[in-house]
Amino acid sequence: MSTLLRVEHLTMRFGGLVAVNNLSFTANRGDITALIGPNGAGKTTVFNCITGFYKPSEGRIALAHGAPRMWDELTALTRSDARSVARGDGALFLLERMPDYLVAHRAKVARTFQNIRLFPGMSVLENLLVAQHNPLMAASGYTALGIFGIGNYGGAERAAIAKARHWLDLVGLVDRADDPAGDLPYGAQRRLEIARAMCTDPVLLCLDEPAAGLNPRESALLNELILRIRTDHDVSVLLIEHDMSVVMNISDHVVVLDYGVKIADDHPAAVRDDPKVIAAYLGVEDEEVGQVEAEVGL
Amino acid sequence: MESPSAENDIARAVKDAGFWALVAFGLFLPLIGFQAVQNIRNELTLETRWPLLFAFVAIVAVGRLLQNLLIAPWLERRRQRLAARTTVAVPHWHSRLANVLAPCAIGFALAYPAIALWLGGAGGAAKWIDNFGVQILIYVMLGFGLNIVVGLAGLLDLGYVAFYAVGAYSYALLAQNFGLSFFMLLPLSGILAAFWGLMLGFPVLRLRGDYLAIVTLAFGEIIRLVLINWVPVTNGYAGITGIPRPTFFGIPFNASDEGFAAMFGLPLSPIYRLIFLYYIILALALFTAFVTVRLRRLPVGRAWEALREDEIACRSLGINTTNTKLTAFAIGAGFGGFAGAFFAARQGFISPESFTFLESATILAIVVLGGMGSQLGVAIAAVAMIGGTEALRELDVLKEVFGNDFDPTQYRMLLFGFAMVLIMVVRPRGLIATREASVHLAERKKISSALVREGHG
Repeated sequence: MSTLLRVEHLTMRFGGLVAVNNLSFTANRGDITALIGPNGAGKTTVFNCITGFYKPSEGRIALAHGAPRMWDELTALTRSDARSVARGDGALFLLERMPDYLVAHRAKVARTFQNIRLFPGMSVLENLLVAQHNPLMAASGYTALGIFGIGNYGGAERAAIAKARHWLDLVGLVDRADDPAGDLPYGAQRRLEIARAMCTDPVLLCLDEPAAGLNPRESALLNELILRIRTDHDVSVLLIEHDMSVVMNISDHVVVLDYGVKIADDHPAAVRDDPKVIAAYLGVEDEEVGQVEAEVGL
Repeated sequence: MESPSAENDIARAVKDAGFWALVAFGLFLPLIGFQAVQNIRNELTLETRWPLLFAFVAIVAVGRLLQNLLIAPWLERRRQRLAARTTVAVPHWHSRLANVLAPCAIGFALAYPAIALWLGGAGGAAKWIDNFGVQILIYVMLGFGLNIVVGLAGLLDLGYVAFYAVGAYSYALLAQNFGLSFFMLLPLSGILAAFWGLMLGFPVLRLRGDYLAIVTLAFGEIIRLVLINWVPVTNGYAGITGIPRPTFFGIPFNASDEGFAAMFGLPLSPIYRLIFLYYIILALALFTAFVTVRLRRLPVGRAWEALREDEIACRSLGINTTNTKLTAFAIGAGFGGFAGAFFAARQGFISPESFTFLESATILAIVVLGGMGSQLGVAIAAVAMIGGTEALRELDVLKEVFGNDFDPTQYRMLLFGFAMVLIMVVRPRGLIATREASVHLAERKKISSALVREGHG
């Protein structure tokens, strides 16, 4: 099992507020890594740093495609000014140096949002085609050829529709393909957002609270969907979630954040029984505060 | 239970109307109640105009009463009816009508000069083809161009007239100084305008909403001020005269032996040039519409619309929003440049006065009234706005009603104001507010404007 994503000494400050403080963790290829923590712990900030929406104040976020020996390039790449280095059988990216759209396009990190961000006025199918913008753009000769009908844009679009259809099948939305995305019920919108992210062919899928607002049946279906995506499509998953039925059932590895600091990093079962995690989530009896604080290192 | 509440409503409406009448009286007393008149000894005297004042107050009171009793309940019922509709389905007849209307409109536009000639004769048709046909089509084209920026990409551009000006001056200067032909300069003007679109695009990429609108507005003013003040090149306020007219593929429209009429053995008449110009601008407008329709089905068009819907989601999907916005600006500006070149060639004279903010506002009004993103809606709105202005000139009936010194064109802005308020109340998203998806899996469906976003900037 090789490392896919390596977050090292990540710190994000907003003015005087330290949202994430010296966070390091790794996510392995093929794993489902969960990032959990109480509200305001800085989980979404970590996501925004990984996906390029925020530039971290400090730290390194590296992601490797292909051969594990790409990691040998890490020091050289960090010393250079380049954003990425590619060899025949792999590539290494420093995500903190890349703008958000390149993180998605080149490093192939796809994400969903805590408050769903679909294109509500576009049809479900169109939503999935927008996700395939870059390959389609190349197929249309960056519009210059496509506008004159030169080249095989038609074929590329049919292939894109076929791929969209495949994902609609998986998330059970084929019947709604021509309906506006904004017209879908909430749970379906969540699934569509995952399908849309998957249409970009990611190596790492970042899901920001995918089970928020879902009923127990829907979140069980979501578990199945995520597991299936992972096994069938060779994708690693990074997951922020409050719903412990999702976290404990499907994740291989859990990282717990509290006030921007990592307090646990282990298997789900080990994390569940960790007193620091319990303290962070549930608080502790008044008489134990001093003891726990000493343990946590406050 | 029913009648006391109804009586209550009426009492409240009357009371409210009375209050409005009081406010109106207070407002209009100095404005309308008194008039300063110069008498025969050249002294200013104050006269009162009580009947007029009371007429105005009565209009306000009755209008408010009607609003309270009839219009407001009707709007409320309409709102409830719309809210009760859970799905945002579009009525079937609506989409069918749109499907029939577009070919009909194109057919009518193609046949229009013939109809005008048939109805008005060679003398009367000139006015109809030039003032109505060509003038409207210029704005249709500008509307289509701006529609790409505002309607599809959701970027509010208040300075669109700048690109129109760049196109017009490009044609005028290059044709005069280098003697290049119209059909050569047409694409060149478009390219130059597109280049200025990029120039504007770069600095405003980070701006959204109101900020973007203000900067584009300023850009339009900058271009106009440069045209006014760069006298050695643009000749300032005096403008450029004697701009070469387009020729019929090398054959000029004049009285010479090589002229169009002589070559084809037709009686000499200015109407041929007008018909030729009409078909040029019609071709340009159709070309713009065609390109826009094609672009919408290409990834770049879908990216524009996605950008209008949610920019952050676009970036998360690997779309370079910078480039996407720039292409929207450049292509929209390019069409403005085409229209500008045509305008200069048609007028033979251009000056900065043709490119004021009012023009930008008119074009934007056409796009908004038509329904952002809708080609047909924009065309209909252009006919209504520009054709309406011209038609007001023709309404001699009004002169008989209001007296001979009544000039209906003076009131056109007032009428447009009313028309716009009415449209915005009844159809806030424009005449044709539905959006058709660019691809479909099983069934072509229209998307109601309730879901389509207007863009954040």
